[in-house]
Amino acid sequence: MTRIPKEWQTPLLLIAILVAVALLGSLAAPAMQRTVTEALVKLTVVIGLYIFVGNSGVFSFGHIAFMAIGGYISAILTILPAKKHVALKLPLLLEAAQLPGVLALLIAVAAAGLIAFLIALPFMRLKGIALPMATFALLVIVYVVSLNWTAVTGGRQALVGLPRYTNIWVGVAAAAVALLVAAAYGTTRHGLALRCSRESEVAAAATGIDVARERLIAFVISAAIVAMGGVLFAHFLGTMTANTFYLDLTFVTLTMLVVGGMRSLTGACAGVAVVSIVSELFRTIERGIDLGGFTLEAPPGLQEIALALVLLVILLTRPHGLVGDWELTWSAFAKKSERGE
Amino acid sequence: MIALQNAIDAISLGAVYALAALGIGLIFSIMRLINFAHGELIMLGGFTLYALAGQPYLVMGLAAIIVVAIAALGMERVAFRPLRRANPATLLIASFAVSYLVQHIVLLVFGSRPMGVDFLAQLGQSIEFGGLRVPGLQLAAIIITLVLLTALALFFRHAPTGVQMRAAAEDFTMARLVGVRANRVIAAAFAISGVLASFVSLFLVAQTGSVSYKMGISMVLIAFVASVIGGMGSLIGAALGGFLVGLVSVSLQAYLPVDLRPYRDAFVFLAFIAFLLWRPQGIMFRRADRERV
Repeated sequence: MTRIPKEWQTPLLLIAILVAVALLGSLAAPAMQRTVTEALVKLTVVIGLYIFVGNSGVFSFGHIAFMAIGGYISAILTILPAKKHVALKLPLLLEAAQLPGVLALLIAVAAAGLIAFLIALPFMRLKGIALPMATFALLVIVYVVSLNWTAVTGGRQALVGLPRYTNIWVGVAAAAVALLVAAAYGTTRHGLALRCSRESEVAAAATGIDVARERLIAFVISAAIVAMGGVLFAHFLGTMTANTFYLDLTFVTLTMLVVGGMRSLTGACAGVAVVSIVSELFRTIERGIDLGGFTLEAPPGLQEIALALVLLVILLTRPHGLVGDWELTWSAFAKKSERGE
Repeated sequence: MIALQNAIDAISLGAVYALAALGIGLIFSIMRLINFAHGELIMLGGFTLYALAGQPYLVMGLAAIIVVAIAALGMERVAFRPLRRANPATLLIASFAVSYLVQHIVLLVFGSRPMGVDFLAQLGQSIEFGGLRVPGLQLAAIIITLVLLTALALFFRHAPTGVQMRAAAEDFTMARLVGVRANRVIAAAFAISGVLASFVSLFLVAQTGSVSYKMGISMVLIAFVASVIGGMGSLIGAALGGFLVGLVSVSLQAYLPVDLRPYRDAFVFLAFIAFLLWRPQGIMFRRADRERV
């Protein structure tokens, strides 16, 4: 195990944990299986977000827009033509198209990456707080367009009839791909240069790093991974609505990233795990727990309150998240077991 | 004539946006916090009106102002004071969390459906000025905004706290070194920001006649745009930015082809991005905000 370089140990160990979780999950009841699958899809999105936000230190509020873009493209390419004819007004070629899920996924991810590239060209010139504000604007624009472009997105009506192919193992595969891409990017000189600019933008520029260019590269990769998460999320829900991909999902995914620690891949995974467990716990309470005779039941909204409190407490007490800069590696593991003996 | 009518619409809408943007700009100028939870202050004002529906309008209005100001102070004390040294991005995330928290507490208590409130409904009637139709509410919005802006200007010029606030906005560390008390100045800024937010909620509730736990979101997004356009941290800029966004929104509504009108907000935000690229420092650029190395 020690032969594997340290930066590859982290994703491999994390993937091993994911496979273990999925094996356990696949034995559980269907409802629990869906919860695990949803968490895995969100993990894919959060890792995608990490590639840009974690490496550059610049917050983006606009990545959920790429989930929507990916989701809608894949929906249009996979829904039955007869259903599309009723619900949408597409050009004939698009209406007739019904592609296999994998092909639609690849097209959606590539298209989202291209759109991200075109958006990043002007955006990455922005400095300071202007860049996060511009990503906010991107989120609003994509939301308003998907809410009103009835011919293509169905507008205020939910777009239904997406093949629901996202199960636990699809989720694991997507999260594994995301982890490997994130780790691979992190080891390139582009990843190193971007992390350098995170610590000091001025010093990075002074050593000859083109900060705008490095950010652009990370933004495109990150948007593509987030779009992949968006496609799988759409095929997990089986429906697309504009409201799914707006501020609430933006908040939840950013919370996952910040709670775990946005400076490390392990942190991104830890954040998704913690937030998913907290959410599921309160969702169960909202549904009502039978405590031998009387039912403990909470009104809706409690889950979100708990989430916001978790985020606030983390920000106040551990601003770098639960794990900070720490990455899971074999040696850390081995040392611990040595100490244990 | 239509152009004049549009101009009145633009000014009154811009006046409300200016109030919202000022509330955000004031906090940003002092502690570099872009307060996303400002929308929830506006929403809390609405729900205070809802809770007191049936009381005399004056009581409802005053109660809303007081409740929102106290809520703003509470937010500062609990969430933002401990984070004062954090960087702007972390502060923004924290305000996102506060916003989400307050929204869902209100959801828990009042439910998710919009609820009707009768507050100054008769202001919806129009007053005729030689062919021009000016709803009383628009007139009220313009007058109240002008009064509030004047009061603020006088406060910043003459009141000791106002002068200290300007000093803190200019250079917070330096201001503290010469004896400005940080906690007091920031608390005062939050209280004023709360009062400004409460007037926005009075206007929104009078206009729509309803409250919902999500009513603050669209207003806070517009106020973000307005305060950034104005130049984050400049108060005159924030007010100008508010009027500018009002002008752009009304113009788009009036002159966009009918097919494209539902996309009005997308165009507003597109214009915002274009503006950021053209002039990222905003209309009013303060030397003190220049990035230093």
